[in-house]
Amino acid sequence: MARKIIKGVLIGLALFFFLFPIYWIVATSFKQWPDIFAIPPKFIFTSTALHYKALFNLNLEEMAKFGQAGKSLFPPRFINSIIIAGLSTLLSVVLGTFSAYAFSRFKVKGEGDLLFFILSTRMLPPIVVGIPFFVLYRALHLIDTHVGLILIYMTFNLPFAVWLMKGFIDEIPKEFEEAAMVDGYTRWEAFLKVILPQALSGIAATAVFCLITAWNEFFFALILTSERARTAPPSIAAVQGTSGINWGQIAAGVTVFLVPVVVFTFLVRKYLARGLTFGVIKR
Amino acid sequence: MDGKAKAMHQKALGEYRLKLYFIGPTLLVLIIMNIFPLIWSLGLSFTNYSSLTSKQISFVGFANYSRILRDPFIWKYFQTTARFVIVAVGIEFLLGFGLALLLKEQFKGWGLVTTLILVPMMLSPVVVGLFWTFIMDANFGVLNFLISLFGLKKVLWLTNPHIALYSVALVDIWMWTPFVMLISLTGLLAIPKSLYEAADIDMASWWFKFRKITLPLVSPLLVLAVLFRVIDAFKMFDLVFIMTGGGPGDVTETVSMSLYRLAFNKFKTGESCAMAYIILILIIALSNLLIRWINRTKAA
Repeated sequence: MARKIIKGVLIGLALFFFLFPIYWIVATSFKQWPDIFAIPPKFIFTSTALHYKALFNLNLEEMAKFGQAGKSLFPPRFINSIIIAGLSTLLSVVLGTFSAYAFSRFKVKGEGDLLFFILSTRMLPPIVVGIPFFVLYRALHLIDTHVGLILIYMTFNLPFAVWLMKGFIDEIPKEFEEAAMVDGYTRWEAFLKVILPQALSGIAATAVFCLITAWNEFFFALILTSERARTAPPSIAAVQGTSGINWGQIAAGVTVFLVPVVVFTFLVRKYLARGLTFGVIKR
Repeated sequence: MDGKAKAMHQKALGEYRLKLYFIGPTLLVLIIMNIFPLIWSLGLSFTNYSSLTSKQISFVGFANYSRILRDPFIWKYFQTTARFVIVAVGIEFLLGFGLALLLKEQFKGWGLVTTLILVPMMLSPVVVGLFWTFIMDANFGVLNFLISLFGLKKVLWLTNPHIALYSVALVDIWMWTPFVMLISLTGLLAIPKSLYEAADIDMASWWFKFRKITLPLVSPLLVLAVLFRVIDAFKMFDLVFIMTGGGPGDVTETVSMSLYRLAFNKFKTGESCAMAYIILILIIALSNLLIRWINRTKAA
């Protein structure tokens, strides 16, 4: 019994440690100005949607009073994040699924070495590839373009998609498509009509992981974009008012940015271990 | 050639083509987008090129490399990074594995609790760094309030040069302990119950079961988790960038941070490419270790 209570307390403490910071930033996004900086911090407060209105430019006159200069840049950058994360995910999942199928079903010369090469590109530190990318992108006029960032995120997620999808396709019995091919399907038709539907949950999980990675990415967005193609992460960090760091609005931006990630985390909770280890762990 | 052989031949050809179309694009993308830039930067690392000025580029041989390897500051930044990696990953390992042992037996609401604990690692590091900066603020930050409840004095989390690096490590621990927990938990749940039952019949002690059953069976996955974390922590950039920017002074200047500064503040592109290559060699060595371990774990 005593053991159970100690265990319960420890698990409770862990939950507090991991969830309180998230609660705190969400709570801050609903606090009025003076309450955000109150000493001691306020746990009970009257809530306001002011920061969200400011974030989405719904109440400009009111915001001017609090020292906000001009419009919030959050809405266009949030949309950039959606476009860039979405399209790059689509590309890496499509390319990754094709390659994974080939690696899973065909004899490929030097298969081990190729898979090794593919995974090793994922290990490259972003900062190391970032420098030549900066130079090349400037020469090719790809700086601050959606295409430029989509290409990078696609490349970054591709090794991951190949490895994860290979694991999922390996689990689909070969007999499925062999039976279909005996019935007169070509290999391509068997792939489309038998394998893809079977692999759907794996594809969805892979897509969610790629989406989250691209959505969260900061470094490439920081060095390769400035205005037009800038995504949310580097701009949330740069919300500054005339009276110092505008924490209320940052908290609101952070909250809006985090909600989809939390939702997606719950959607793929069964696949988390698998996804984070490139499919090495199967459960 | 009779009909059957011809059909076989055509099938093989079709298969070959399919293989090419299926794998080709992926390899092409990775070569163009990863290998080509790396060759380019290898070339730049032997020049005095700066992406800021348009002055004549000249070949300088190994000058960039020798300057970096002789720079005492770079060695200091490597030490800072090593200290960060050891502290952060060490504590993540202990806490994560401990937590997994606590959560080994399922209870009501087990699924919800484990998923909730996993949320931090899915968040964007830069956003996490941002709100922890707010939480760690010396004056109105909630962290100083919480420790004051235990009678502790105000801590200058991000401005005290003796503490700042460990404050950043604390945030890394907050984010990545769940990862170690998840991997350990997967390993623990896969141990057959019959092993423990057999040990119970022999009246084995808790410590004996832990040492002889639990540890040997989860250790491959523990090594995997630690390798993943070491590589990631070594590359860590976002947290330092947003929380301290390398300061106060240069106490939190990690190698990624100083490489960023060299390339994008000082615009010494050639020199930064040389430093990038030195880091790359280290990362490749570490990744090799990891990938080898992955192949071993998969085979088992």
